Amino acid sequence: MLRPRIIPCLLVRDKGLVKTVKFANEKYVGDPINAVRIFNEKEVDELIVLDIDATVKGVGPDMKMIERLAAECRMPLCYGGGIKTVEQARSIIGLGVEKVALSSAILAKPELVADIAREIGRQSVVVVLDVKKKLFGSKYEIWTHNAKVNTHKNPIEFARLLEELGAGEIVLNSIDNDGVMKGYDLGLVEKVREATTVPMSVVGGAGSLRDLAGLINKFGIIGAVAGSLFVFKGVYKAVLINYPNPAEKDKLIQDAYPR
Amino acid sequence: MITIIDYGLGNILAFSNTYKRLNVEVKVARKAGDLEGATKLILPGVGAFDHAMDLFQRSGMRERTEELVLGKKVPVLGICVGMQILASASDEGTSPGLGWIQGTVKKFDVTRLPHSTHLPHMGWNDVAPLRQAALFNQLQYDARFYFLHSYYFRCADQGDALAQAKYGDYFTCAVNHENVYGVQFHPEKSHHYGAQLLKNFADL
Repeated sequence: MLRPRIIPCLLVRDKGLVKTVKFANEKYVGDPINAVRIFNEKEVDELIVLDIDATVKGVGPDMKMIERLAAECRMPLCYGGGIKTVEQARSIIGLGVEKVALSSAILAKPELVADIAREIGRQSVVVVLDVKKKLFGSKYEIWTHNAKVNTHKNPIEFARLLEELGAGEIVLNSIDNDGVMKGYDLGLVEKVREATTVPMSVVGGAGSLRDLAGLINKFGIIGAVAGSLFVFKGVYKAVLINYPNPAEKDKLIQDAYPR
Repeated sequence: MITIIDYGLGNILAFSNTYKRLNVEVKVARKAGDLEGATKLILPGVGAFDHAMDLFQRSGMRERTEELVLGKKVPVLGICVGMQILASASDEGTSPGLGWIQGTVKKFDVTRLPHSTHLPHMGWNDVAPLRQAALFNQLQYDARFYFLHSYYFRCADQGDALAQAKYGDYFTCAVNHENVYGVQFHPEKSHHYGAQLLKNFADL
């Protein structure tokens, strides 16, 4: 049977790995290649690597770095950060990356999803929506540029549009919950899940394996993504790359989603 | 020597690295001449069917590969779309496939999928061999692999189906006819399960 996926998400800045809280207060956590090697040993389901500098600095994806990451990864890799053109997406897939993640470029120009899907196949097109609750009321908006630019777009409607255009997976990222480690925003996930049918992954807020189990319990086949949980240990957030071992992972999934 | 056919699709480096770790020598072919001396072939691929056929055709390696596979019976392993193009045709496109294994590539019927999430079929799934085959040595029980696709191979002769997985219904996820093998999943990205399968192919 198909299993839910448990996925570490790594953020890259200046060739180093960082971890943020609410998209700010970043902390250096190590070298990306070294982290990939450790995650190889731990046999993680998938890996997401996001370059959080590329769009803000207006530079394209760092192809050299991506090539090294792809060669090192023994698990499927999703890369995001600074992708603005079909050619860039095609080159990244050519380097051996399974999926490309699009964000700010498709908010400016949603049709890019269709163009890229036509070229590389929709199974490799991931859209990342960085979502933040409005100051007043219960509605959400999509932000870009590391949560500095408000697009005023509604994530539920926009997710539906992106799916129609050819997105193969939706990654929902909660800005409010980033690095807080107090659990996913399940209400938000439910709204986007109901509006769409492609595979979905959720990031932002996971602080324990119980949080992953809660998400899987509610949604079944879903990607449970976490940053802090897999790079920090303990209340003082000492850097220690970790991931449930195969038996722990099987048990977590079996308990949360019995079949 | 194991020769990986690089016609512009798929993760060539991931295959080379896996074999490097297994201490198996590999070579990458980018033109027909590079196929000289190949004793095993890997035909990778990701993306759309027609695009894959078009690129393989334009690589200039198709004819020489066909001589090796169909004439000299050199074992070949197609991966993902590299497996799908072994078929005669696909619902996904209009190009004819290679036709090395009789069958067509079909789209999953979304109405038969049990999850709210439909396509692509993405993630780790159990794979069960349908018969004794050296490709699945030590993978008879509890083998799981990474899948990322919306189309699957339907063999004309069910005897060519080598393994199955379940997504809604059971579907064929590995095929074999004589020296031609194909797997829908990604062994190069499936940790020790995938490494075992690639080692098995090297040992054939």
